[in-house]
Amino acid sequence: MKDNYVLQLQNITKEYPGVRALNDVSLEVKEGEILALIGENGAGKSTLIKTCSGAVIPTSGKIIVNGKEFAHMTPQLAKENGIAIIYQEFNNVKGLSAAENLFLGNPIRKGIIIDQKAMEKEAEKAFAQLNIKIDPKTLVGDLTVGYQQMVEIAKAIQQDARILIMDEPSAPLTSAEVESMFKVCELLRSKGVAIIYISHRLEEIYRLSDRIVVLRDGSYVKTLITKDSHVDELIRLMVGRDLKETYPSREECIVEDEIILELQNLSGNGDKDINLKIRKGEVLGLGGLVGAGRTELVEMIFGSVRKTSGKILFKGKEIDPKSPREAIDLGIALVPEDRKRHGALLGVSIKNNINMPIYKRISRGSVIDSRQEMDVAQKYQKDLLIKTPTLNQLVKNLSGGNQQKVIIGKWLAANSELIIFDEPTRGIDVGAKFEIYTLINKLLQQGKTILLISSEMEELMGMSDRIMVLYEGRVTGELERNEFDQNTIMRMSSGV
Amino acid sequence: MKSTALNIIKEKAIWMVFVALFLVFAFANPLFVSSSNLFTIARQVAVLGIASIGMTFVILIAGIDLSVGSIITLVNVVGAYLMVNSGFGMVSAVLVSLLVGMLIGVLNGFLISTIGISAIIATFATQTVFKGLAYILSGGTPIYGFDERFKIIGQGYLGPVPVPVIIMIACFALGSFILNKSYFGRYFYAVGGSEEASRLSGILVGRTKYLVYALSGLFAGLAGIVMLSRTNSAQPTAGLGYEFDVITCVVLGGVSITGGYGKMSNVVAGVLIIGILTNGMVLMNVSTYMQLIVKGIVLALAVGFDSLQKKRATT
Repeated sequence: MKDNYVLQLQNITKEYPGVRALNDVSLEVKEGEILALIGENGAGKSTLIKTCSGAVIPTSGKIIVNGKEFAHMTPQLAKENGIAIIYQEFNNVKGLSAAENLFLGNPIRKGIIIDQKAMEKEAEKAFAQLNIKIDPKTLVGDLTVGYQQMVEIAKAIQQDARILIMDEPSAPLTSAEVESMFKVCELLRSKGVAIIYISHRLEEIYRLSDRIVVLRDGSYVKTLITKDSHVDELIRLMVGRDLKETYPSREECIVEDEIILELQNLSGNGDKDINLKIRKGEVLGLGGLVGAGRTELVEMIFGSVRKTSGKILFKGKEIDPKSPREAIDLGIALVPEDRKRHGALLGVSIKNNINMPIYKRISRGSVIDSRQEMDVAQKYQKDLLIKTPTLNQLVKNLSGGNQQKVIIGKWLAANSELIIFDEPTRGIDVGAKFEIYTLINKLLQQGKTILLISSEMEELMGMSDRIMVLYEGRVTGELERNEFDQNTIMRMSSGV
Repeated sequence: MKSTALNIIKEKAIWMVFVALFLVFAFANPLFVSSSNLFTIARQVAVLGIASIGMTFVILIAGIDLSVGSIITLVNVVGAYLMVNSGFGMVSAVLVSLLVGMLIGVLNGFLISTIGISAIIATFATQTVFKGLAYILSGGTPIYGFDERFKIIGQGYLGPVPVPVIIMIACFALGSFILNKSYFGRYFYAVGGSEEASRLSGILVGRTKYLVYALSGLFAGLAGIVMLSRTNSAQPTAGLGYEFDVITCVVLGGVSITGGYGKMSNVVAGVLIIGILTNGMVLMNVSTYMQLIVKGIVLALAVGFDSLQKKRATT
């Protein structure tokens, strides 16, 4: 048992400026074993597997593949040593056939002529080996997502992969497709392939894996033998940290009988039958893992994506915003997750960013009242303590925290009442985080209402008055402040 | 944020290029700086300058309008046809022609924004369609014989200053006003920077695109009217290939081809550079074919400079 480790990661550390994404993580996987890798969002799973593919170069540590030691991988080395990763986004060409995709980059050829027949024959053999029925001539774009994934796996095996790393492979699949994917995984295990399987669906992990490695906050926590472990233990290991960060205290701002937003059986955009109520002055936290459908939910409230059924009531009146513009005019604002691409207009000045939603209002005819424009910008620069020598500074030159403040300033200028924050402190340093929290409290005192999406457990529990948890597009639980508990939230987030 | 002096130089670089080029031609041929030649240049660039204002908006939102040349041609033909064959008065003929230019712009907006065709293909298609329409309408032959007063627009003088130059200056002032003072001018920069962030800030991106292409059509239409008056006869090839010069002017003026950055004042410099380059090369007896080569290289240099800066900024 000692000598058949095909892949060993030893003491892997990865540092980014100001952050330690991985801290001395070790794990190993044996021939013919399925090893599950689990952890919360941001636990370091993706970074860890990227060190295996060569996409991330570790700051220190060793990678040992079949006894050969490497300081880091490169995509080429990974391939030569039989490591393949199946990402959620497939690396396929939809306009080429399954066979051609299998041999993408190194087609079978005679001279300069591609040997279509030979490739199709080889592809047929490769698919047969995995017990999957795909006509090699079918265009990959015409295959279901499940079959496209099979082609990816077959391609990896075709290229002699002995270590297969799968990142949330079941996420895009239907339950029937998941079943066939499991069969393929089990078949590969019996052929001696080592599989590292990342999933947030704990039932899959119990069904499939031999051992489980738990990561938390970039550190290795524990390895468990799947059949000897219990789901409660697993959840405790994933979240078991001391709540140490302090959050600014705030006075009670909730107005009991004034409901600002109510959703009734709201469906669409991947979500189903969502019911919730937010009272004025409240922070409702939305918990869940990446892909749980939280961003998708707020997109519908903000008019960015249309709902398919159900009702949205804003201040007691039914609304159906068809564009963000309509939602903004009603008093709804969104501070999006991707600050740089969706939140701020980077190439535009602070002054213009803050005024962007209200330009029409502060214009006479089509001419901007430049005095009012400046007044508005100055007011929110002062209120929000945006640090800048001049309001004509382009937003791309600001720090993350200040960019976030500009976006908040924009919504205050627009007189928004409900402000939706989607991961408001992602990529923001600790000091600026605290400032954002203080700011959120200030907004509440001014009578605003907050819907907060956060994947950081501490932030979610520290800032929310109430938490609702989503899993795969459905509400799996709701907790009042005195019921907040990491284990419970994690359990709800994992659909257990 | 780095060095402000360096930034000022960068901002004004295009004007320095203009001055340098001006001096080169002035030394090469003294005729170049004669006042009659300078006015000729000003008159020549008027059409180019007017059309480049609309194109500035288009490129600011990261779009492109290849139909500008055809709009110029069609407006030439339509204006002439109305005045000569349909008995329209001068004013109404001009107004209808401008409307035609703008409507072609609206059509471009529809194809790009509502249907979702990429700007380069949509305006390429309308370019071809309206080129054909201009041939049909004109029967492939020139149309002439307008009211004497119509000449004023393209050939008249107000004091010592040619009327087309006054029109161009007024248009640049209007363009600059739109970009700097109007609220939709702010939208152009925003949309060019990031469509998604603009949408999430409450900008109606689709409507903004319609407006921009309509303005491009309108300014091209006005350029067409000025040209018609200057040549005093509508040629079915009047605006052939004009979009190339217009795009070159705008890009040379520092408007980023990927959208979001650019100033109207620098576009003026871009227009003047192309103007003196064309005129200077003629004076120096550079062949038409050679001129094409030079202009092509200028366009590649202008875009190349922009791209290199972008590349350096990201790495």
